[in-house]
Amino acid sequence: MSMGFGGYVSPEQLMKDRADFARKGISRGRSVVGLQYADGILFVSENPSAALHKVSEIYDRIAFAAVGRYNEFENLRIAGVRLADMRGYSYDRRDVTGRGLANAYAQTLGTIFSSGGEKPYEVELFVGEIGDTPESDQLYRLTYDGQVADEHGYAVMGGAAEVVSGYLKERYREGASLEQAVQLAAAALGHSPGGNGGDSSDRVIPVEDLEVAVLDRTRTQPRKFSRLSPSRLTALLGERGSSAVVDQPSPEISPGEVPGSGTTPGGEPPIAPPL
Amino acid sequence: MTESRIPASFMAPGSSSFADFLATNAPDLLPARRTLPATNASDIAPHGTTIVAVTFPGGVVMAGDRRATMGNVIAQRDIQKVFPADEFSCVGIAGTAGLAVEMVRLFQTELEHYEKIEGTTLSMDGKANRLAALIRQNLGMAMQGLAVVPLFAGFDHESSAGRIFSYDVTGGRYEETSFHSVGSGSMFARGALKKLYREDLDEAGAVTAIVQALYDAADDDSATGGPDLTRRIFPVVHVITADGGRRLPDADVAEVADRVVGGRMRRPDGPVAALEGGN
Repeated sequence: MSMGFGGYVSPEQLMKDRADFARKGISRGRSVVGLQYADGILFVSENPSAALHKVSEIYDRIAFAAVGRYNEFENLRIAGVRLADMRGYSYDRRDVTGRGLANAYAQTLGTIFSSGGEKPYEVELFVGEIGDTPESDQLYRLTYDGQVADEHGYAVMGGAAEVVSGYLKERYREGASLEQAVQLAAAALGHSPGGNGGDSSDRVIPVEDLEVAVLDRTRTQPRKFSRLSPSRLTALLGERGSSAVVDQPSPEISPGEVPGSGTTPGGEPPIAPPL
Repeated sequence: MTESRIPASFMAPGSSSFADFLATNAPDLLPARRTLPATNASDIAPHGTTIVAVTFPGGVVMAGDRRATMGNVIAQRDIQKVFPADEFSCVGIAGTAGLAVEMVRLFQTELEHYEKIEGTTLSMDGKANRLAALIRQNLGMAMQGLAVVPLFAGFDHESSAGRIFSYDVTGGRYEETSFHSVGSGSMFARGALKKLYREDLDEAGAVTAIVQALYDAADDDSATGGPDLTRRIFPVVHVITADGGRRLPDADVAEVADRVVGGRMRRPDGPVAALEGGN
C-alpha cells in the first residue's frame, strides 16, 4: 500500500474502482421498469415524490427514465430535451430519433466515465421510442459507463434490478394490454425473493408511491407521452390483495442509506437525494 | 441525429425558455435575428390577411381565411394561418407569412420546451407574454415592412373560459373581450361580429358567426379570400374547450360555409340584425 504521490494504480484497477463507485450509488435507489405492451412502452417506478420525476417526456415519441443520483440524471434529461427541441426546430419533428438521443447520452456518459477529471455519473437511463407498430418500438438501456443495450420486451434498472427482472422473466408476454402490463410491472417492483420462491413476502406498493407513464401510440396528439393519474392507476390495478404489509420498509433499501431520503412512503425527500 | 458528447452548453444551468437557449447557443436560428438593407421589403414577401376569434361559454373559436397576397397577386390560395400553439391555445397570424410561420414554430417549441423542463404548463397570461416578447424582437423588421401581428386565443383553466389576446408590432399585448380580428379584412370582420355576436352562442353558433364574419371580410377586402366553392377550400377553424383544442375537419367547415353561402344567395349582405334592442 503506497501512500501519497508515486503510488501506481493500474488502468484496470482505476476503471474497476470507478465502476464500483457508480454501481454502489445506483444500487441504493429503487428500480424502474420499462415494459413494451401492445400500444407502446410503459414505465413504472416506485417513487414517493410527486415532484421529482424519474420518468419524463423528451419528444413526441421519446421518453426518458432514470435511476441514481437525481441532480445528475436531471441534468441529462434537460440536455436531452434541449437537444431534441433544437433538432426538431432546426430540421423537422420527424428528424428527432431515440437512437440519436441514446447515442448522445452514451457518448456523454462514456467520456465522463473514462476521463480522470470527472466523477463518474451514478445513473442508469432508459430511452424509449415508439413507432407505428410494436415491432418498431425501441427501448435502450444506458449504463453509467456509456454502454448501450437494445432491450426487447422489458428491462429493469436500479437497486433490485435482478430480483425484478427475474420476476418479469417468468411472467412477461408480448402484446399485453395496458392493464395487464401495469399490474405485472407493479407486482414485479414489489416482489422480493421470499422463502422457497413463494410470493408471500411481496409488498403491495401504494398507488401514490408509483410513478407510471406511457408512450401510447393510440393517443391522437402528436405527443404520445402521458402520465397515468392516481385515479386512472387505481382503476387499472384493480384489487391487489392485502395492503397490510405496505408500511414495511422496502427490503432492497439498505438501512444505512442517506437519512431522510424519502424511503418512507409519502415522505418528501430533501434536495436531490439519490432516489 | 448522430451526436458526439452532448455540448457543455446543453448541460449548463439555464432558463426554461427555448428562445433564450437559442439566443445563447444558436442565435442565427431566431426569426428576428437578421439585418436587412434599409428599404421597404413588404412587396417581395407574401402577406397573410384576416384572422378572427370568438369566445363562447366554455371555449373559444379561431379561424383564418386561406389567402396570401404579394402586392396585387394572390401568392397562395390555401395557406394555413391558424396553428395550435399547445393543447389549449392557438395562434393566428397576419402579416409577413414567412416570418410569422417561423415565429409560430418558435412559439410552439417555446411552450412545449417549458412544459417539459418544468413539468407544468405556463399560465394563459404567461403564454401571452412569451408571445409578446417574441414579437418585440421583430420590431426592427416590422419597421422595414415585415410586420407580424398575431392573434392568440386559448382556454384558461383558471377562469374556465376562452380568452383572446391581440398584439401590436412593438409587442404590446391587449386582452380582448368576446371577439376580435386582425389583418387587412379585420375591420369588416369585426363589424360583422358586432351584429352577429351573442354571449350565449354555443360552439356551432360561434363557428357559424366566424364564417359569416370571414365572408364579410372577403366581400370588402381584396386581400382576404372567401370560401372557394370550385376548389373546395374553406377557412381553417380551431375550436378550444376544456377538453383541448382541435382543428375542425374540412368537411364540417365546408358544411357551415355552404350554408352561409346559400344564405348569401338570397341575401348577399348576410343576416339582418334587429334595429333596436337585443336579440
